[in-house]
Amino acid sequence: MNVGLIEYGAGNLPSVERALARLGVESLRASSPDALKGCDALILPGVGHFGALMRSLGERSLVEPLQRVVSSGTPLLGICLGLQAMFTSSDEAPGDAGLSIFSQKVSALPPADRLPHMGWNQLRRVRPSKLLEGVPPDSYFYFAHSYAALDAGDAGVAYCDHCAPFVAILEHGNVFATQFHPEKSGPVGARILTNFLQQASLPLPGPQAAGREADENR
Amino acid sequence: MSLARRIIPCLDTDGARVVKGVNFVNLRDAGDPAALAARYNIEGADELVVLDIAASRDHRPTFLETIRRVAAELAIPLTAGGGVATVDEGRAILRAGADKLTVNTAAIRDPALLTVLAAEFGSQAVVLAIDAKRVGDRWEAFVRGGSVATGIDAVAWAHQGVERGAGEILITSMDKDGTRSGFDCALTAAISRAVSVPVIASGGADTPETFLEVFCEGCADAALAASIFHDSIQGLGALKRYLGDHGVSVRQTG
Repeated sequence: MNVGLIEYGAGNLPSVERALARLGVESLRASSPDALKGCDALILPGVGHFGALMRSLGERSLVEPLQRVVSSGTPLLGICLGLQAMFTSSDEAPGDAGLSIFSQKVSALPPADRLPHMGWNQLRRVRPSKLLEGVPPDSYFYFAHSYAALDAGDAGVAYCDHCAPFVAILEHGNVFATQFHPEKSGPVGARILTNFLQQASLPLPGPQAAGREADENR
Repeated sequence: MSLARRIIPCLDTDGARVVKGVNFVNLRDAGDPAALAARYNIEGADELVVLDIAASRDHRPTFLETIRRVAAELAIPLTAGGGVATVDEGRAILRAGADKLTVNTAAIRDPALLTVLAAEFGSQAVVLAIDAKRVGDRWEAFVRGGSVATGIDAVAWAHQGVERGAGEILITSMDKDGTRSGFDCALTAAISRAVSVPVIASGGADTPETFLEVFCEGCADAALAASIFHDSIQGLGALKRYLGDHGVSVRQTG
């Protein structure tokens, strides 16, 4: 199985690479449209700035190819900023368009508590989740962010509460994303990655609704 | 359900090895950073800090290699620093595998550095480290490993640092550092009140009670310690069980 880490200069790509290596999974770095096509599963890592991420993807001509491979059914896991990039836009960079896989937007968390939301927090599960299979309900995950998706419709399967309730895990067809960093979340984070890879190794169910949403938004 | 308070072991290194000593004198070897990192990763550390206390330009490649070796052992976040003065130095540390970097002396010399680093890497990756000492009725910031007084009020500096872009404050009490007499709760609480970002308390860690105090009275979001963990005076698991039993939200492991 070819697991591609989308390379656009994100600082945490090596961390994700190491986390996969600990699971015995060799990944490759995908930085061109052609490289995306050859992958059985894709991971979009991310730390930093929404606008910088979208511009970097744009400079590498990866935006449309990424939307295309995802709408054709390739499993995609977005991590942290990689989750936020799946929305249409973000308060962090009002002028920059996101990947628009989901129709909502990313908001600045209201300053009701300390920000950035930095450290280990628990999740509130609201729908059945494939990524959380076998993960104990009281588990902690590592977060480091000041922006979040407050709503993702039915795709929001788990929420976290800090300053406001926000989407911690997204699942919609072949599209998965976590606002926390599974690669930094100890054994339970490793389980999340394993669960994602398991989805990727299943027979492809064909084009997914999440992909069609991306098409409509284009 | 709430954000857990973090327990953070700190590895002070000469670039390559973990060292212990006071004010850079009588440094003695305290082990291999990667081996200690592997141990703390399993024992339930919430994060790890690795510092280059020598911070000489000659040793920098060695320190970057140390970060790489440490990062390879961790499934938890890593913060690294020591002598960072430019964006390029910050980038090298993050590329080597750190999630966050600390800045201290260079930020006092040029506070705009915080803004530049935050714009480049995001505030969540920029930790402002402040070494503070009680002087009269306030705390003063010191630089160069605590050897040079600045005359700057540490609490006001923390506030300014956050406005400039720091996403977290690492406050070390020089009065308490190495004494094993408890954290400086008054200093930590003053910093916590002055800023909107998370605060890591450092200096004076001893018994589980001292951690409970710094979380309750000091309003710390995280507590950092070195020798009590390196010397196995305090186990991470037992410390977290004690804190959990006393109503502090912590991530229990194992």
